[in-house]
Amino acid sequence: MITGTPKPIEEILEMLEPYDDIILAGCFGCVTVCRVGGDKEVQVLASTIRLAREAAGRKIEIKEVCLERQCDPEYLEPMRPYVEDHQAVLSIACGAGIQFMAEKFTRTPLLPGINTGFLGVTERQGEWTERCQGCGDCVLHLTGGICPVTRCAKSIFHGPCGGSVNGTCEVDKNVKCGWQLIIDRLVALDQMDNYTKLKPYKGWDSSRDGGPRRILREDMV
Amino acid sequence: MKSASNLERVLEAGHFAVTAECGPPRGANPDIVREKAALVKGNVDACNVTDNQTSVVRMSSVAGCMLVQESGTEPLLQMVVRDRNRIALQSDLLGASALGVRNLLCLSGDHQKFGDDPQAKNVFDIDSMQLIHLVKTMRDEGVFPSGDKLEGAPKFYIGCAVNPFADPFEIRVPRLKLKIDAGADFVQTQCIYNMDTFKRYMEDACRQGLHERVKILAGVTPLKSAGMAKFMNRMVAGIDIPEEIIQRIADEPKEKQAAKGIEICIEQIQEVREIEGIAGVHVMAIEWEEKLNEIIGGAGLLPRPVMEQ
Amino acid sequence: MVIGCLEGDCHYVNGNIRARARVKRVYQILDQIDIGPERVRMYNLSAGEGAKFAAFTSEFVAQVEELGPSKINLARKGAGNATEQEVDAT
Repeated sequence: MITGTPKPIEEILEMLEPYDDIILAGCFGCVTVCRVGGDKEVQVLASTIRLAREAAGRKIEIKEVCLERQCDPEYLEPMRPYVEDHQAVLSIACGAGIQFMAEKFTRTPLLPGINTGFLGVTERQGEWTERCQGCGDCVLHLTGGICPVTRCAKSIFHGPCGGSVNGTCEVDKNVKCGWQLIIDRLVALDQMDNYTKLKPYKGWDSSRDGGPRRILREDMV
Repeated sequence: MKSASNLERVLEAGHFAVTAECGPPRGANPDIVREKAALVKGNVDACNVTDNQTSVVRMSSVAGCMLVQESGTEPLLQMVVRDRNRIALQSDLLGASALGVRNLLCLSGDHQKFGDDPQAKNVFDIDSMQLIHLVKTMRDEGVFPSGDKLEGAPKFYIGCAVNPFADPFEIRVPRLKLKIDAGADFVQTQCIYNMDTFKRYMEDACRQGLHERVKILAGVTPLKSAGMAKFMNRMVAGIDIPEEIIQRIADEPKEKQAAKGIEICIEQIQEVREIEGIAGVHVMAIEWEEKLNEIIGGAGLLPRPVMEQ
Repeated sequence: MVIGCLEGDCHYVNGNIRARARVKRVYQILDQIDIGPERVRMYNLSAGEGAKFAAFTSEFVAQVEELGPSKINLARKGAGNATEQEVDAT
């Protein structure tokens, strides 16, 4: 899923300074799974904002909604009848959803309530870790199902580097060395000849480095 | 001859080679490099100039190489892939070769979090293995990786670094082999303290005939104090200093610890000379260049051979 | 006041432990918006400890009284009506 972390409340309150009446929009997609932008989080954040504003002697009206998704136009359209009754939308969906809402409701300021993070997985409730960089050219079949771009801090293709100690990355002792993981897996799968081959230089043009990306399905449009 | 550099000729002639390291300054003052170069001169066959080591910003390695070259010692350009994409890497290589640099060490580079700009963008467009391959392609085939012809191929004696003390141990020799397959001509190892581990590494390497395909220079770093040894063990990834060595230094009174460190360094050089497959030594006396003459001389490696042009 | 069972005695196994973690989260939120964490507190009790409950309640009420009206209550009364004493108490 796409993960994110809440923006500090001071930052959110500062963004809300000019407004007395907003919509606070969550999303039942990824951000619900990683407990940062779902229905419950909308309620807690709305309550927090109201308390903070009241304590400062200023009221704020918050319409709390949680949409199925914010990245599909069908789920945003139902907001159209009431969106302009409010001064701004504070969205705690991912950056894609926030931007899409801004595109659909061009006369309404859109404020991000979270810092969108990474494509990741749930290690356990409360802990999510990064798995995919969306490089557009997947080589997981060559590396035992473990991504060198994402899980190696240096994205190297012939690792590990000299900073790998005890299966830990030099960057952080809580970060496993991606290449140690890859090697362990290749050994377990008896695929070490994948390791001994020189890999071609990575083509970063299939990633965001090549420019903002687009997928067009001729059979669907 | 790949580049006909002094280092290459010394090694090809069968001499035990000596290299050392110069760290450029944290500023634009060229005299600091000139002072270090003066201490290195006459003690080595080539001198490495580091490239923003530990991600700490320093004067560029190419500039440092020029100053070392002016002072009369052959430079060895270190190049990390952390900060430059393949366009900049190729460009800098062509420039360095044009200015007369003939030795190159291809490295990954420490992650930027260790330096003063942990917020910097992480480049790593190609890895150190691919950089070796890239330089070899340009040197031997006279073309860019894209296929276009070069107006003058760069001439480099291509080196790589290895760390026999990083994990996992089992992958270290296979990784060396990959670097040789990619085109490395010589190797400089991370500084050695644990001789047992290093000897096992070299046995594995020789069993695969790697020492015949590439020239391996063993890295050593003199310890200034027991404190320095403990610090390095704890803080620097991939350094393994056995307790006995730390104890030998710690047993000396503070004023005598530096001398003991140098004595141990000389012993290490003499010990690695005896290991099969070792073609030379790389003495990394970081911020202690004034001791190079004493260490290299003490190990019986002076004067350095003078190769005819 | 949030009351949970004694640790180890939760009917729902570790609901009381989860609750404590969540109460801690509430402390953080209230602290971040300057209302202060001292107005929420979690106690662990068993259902049969009536006297303890009374004691905890008295203690907590005293604590809150000492803290005085919260910023929100003050704001609701209107800044002009707040007495010196009430302002000092916060």
